[in-house]
Amino acid sequence: MSKPSRIKPALGKDNAWWWEQASQGVLAIQRCSSCKTLRHPPRPMCGACRSLEWDFVTASGKGRICSYTVLHHPQFPGYEYPLIIVLVDLEEGTRFTSQLVGCAPEDVDFDLPVEMVMHEDPDGFKLPVFKLAGAA
Amino acid sequence: MPTTLRNEAAIAGIGVTEFSKSSGVSELSLAAQCIKAACDDAGLDPSEVDGLVSYTLDSTDEIEVARAVGTGDLKLFSKINYGGGAAVGTILQAVMAVATGVAKHVVCWRAMNGRSGQRMGQGVSGNIVSSDLIHWSWYLPYGMLTPGSWIAMIANRYMRKYGATAEDLGRVAISQRNYAQTNKRSFFYGKPLTMEEYLASRIIAEPLRLYDFCQETDGGCAILITRRERARDLKQKPAVIRGVVQASTRGQEQMTSFYREELESLPEMELAARLVYEQSGLGPDDIDAACLYDAFTSEILMQLESFGFCGKGEGKDMVRDGALDIHGRLPNNTHGGLLSEGYIHGMNNIAEAARLIRGTSTNQPKSVHHVLVSSGVGVPTGAMVLGQD
Repeated sequence: MSKPSRIKPALGKDNAWWWEQASQGVLAIQRCSSCKTLRHPPRPMCGACRSLEWDFVTASGKGRICSYTVLHHPQFPGYEYPLIIVLVDLEEGTRFTSQLVGCAPEDVDFDLPVEMVMHEDPDGFKLPVFKLAGAA
Repeated sequence: MPTTLRNEAAIAGIGVTEFSKSSGVSELSLAAQCIKAACDDAGLDPSEVDGLVSYTLDSTDEIEVARAVGTGDLKLFSKINYGGGAAVGTILQAVMAVATGVAKHVVCWRAMNGRSGQRMGQGVSGNIVSSDLIHWSWYLPYGMLTPGSWIAMIANRYMRKYGATAEDLGRVAISQRNYAQTNKRSFFYGKPLTMEEYLASRIIAEPLRLYDFCQETDGGCAILITRRERARDLKQKPAVIRGVVQASTRGQEQMTSFYREELESLPEMELAARLVYEQSGLGPDDIDAACLYDAFTSEILMQLESFGFCGKGEGKDMVRDGALDIHGRLPNNTHGGLLSEGYIHGMNNIAEAARLIRGTSTNQPKSVHHVLVSSGVGVPTGAMVLGQD
């Protein structure tokens, strides 16, 4: 029997495009075509100017840790524990919820610079995660 | 017709089932039992109930309850979204209905096999793609599957910014555990908690430990709402509803409002505070006791600030001063709360608030004129102030 895999995102009209970009290695940030406001998580209308038109920019993947938690229990199949979850303030100005990899739980802290790496599961599913800036 | 809900309605009955880890009965049975108990408490025949309100998360439909309990014709049936955020919102539906004559006797309930049945934080699955499912899909693939994981993200940032410590969270847990020692319904009845035990409990989602979490519980709780004048005809002393509001704000997500500029406050709870004080004509200085929503200890510190009992970041100072204890500034969750009595999604906190007004809490503070109750934290929420008739 193969190893259980993580829970996959439900894909609908408002988010499938973003995961499609991730599968190609891109951390996308939705942008209003009208007022150019960046927004995340993606949604169909711009809350600032109500435009339905949007495109996206490719994030540099650089940011800083805004907050974090280290999950110990309960432990679900498909994930490795302790599991470090981070909120990253991307340098473009939006915030992104992700995982910090390659870092001991005692080394994570607020405000540390981080960089995105595209993680790929054995089943080929890709999702953007982060490592401490400069870490191997 | 009234143009304000202030003092229009009252809690006339409260009813609870036994709280346990395995009820052995259906959720419909729990619902029927607690609703019957609320009617008995008020001395009202269930056939006089003409309105039913619950949570969207409640598995039991109003019409099932109506048949089981033998209510009268229903003129109001409604369910409120957002988990525990619905608690006070159900009361708002009932108050609006009785104040406007839409219905006369409305029962709000929540009944759940929260331990033996569907537990919270089991993830979501299914083939229907809704905006809610897309929302959770930003978190589930990363392993953020539990309420604790979502709350921890806010709690960590809050604690770091204001210097709140593990001991401060422990003080909240211990204060409520102490209250549970006189309340036989409590899961933790007969099981007091020391700071040493608290600090030794295992870390679940940093910075939260085991005893920062509420109790998964099987049980039901119902609240009977009617007009203030009508409540006077019934058996119990009315707990008059001075104000009751719902509140959701910009940047609101369900449990994951991570994208606001400031993470160290609860904007929806601040809105609830402003609205409920405005409607009741009261302020924090008028509140003698509280039943603040307490799925997690950290939520209590933050709400003390939201409701203006102290300044930003000073929640920790209040708990260090023993403010939440029986002789403190604001006795809080005197039944033990969701942390120590049981987690009936906040409905049991509303029941305790009514007891505090009646003077029948097992930890009754000396002089209680007004009690504040809040709904779930980190979700669209609400607040209510109860007062003496």
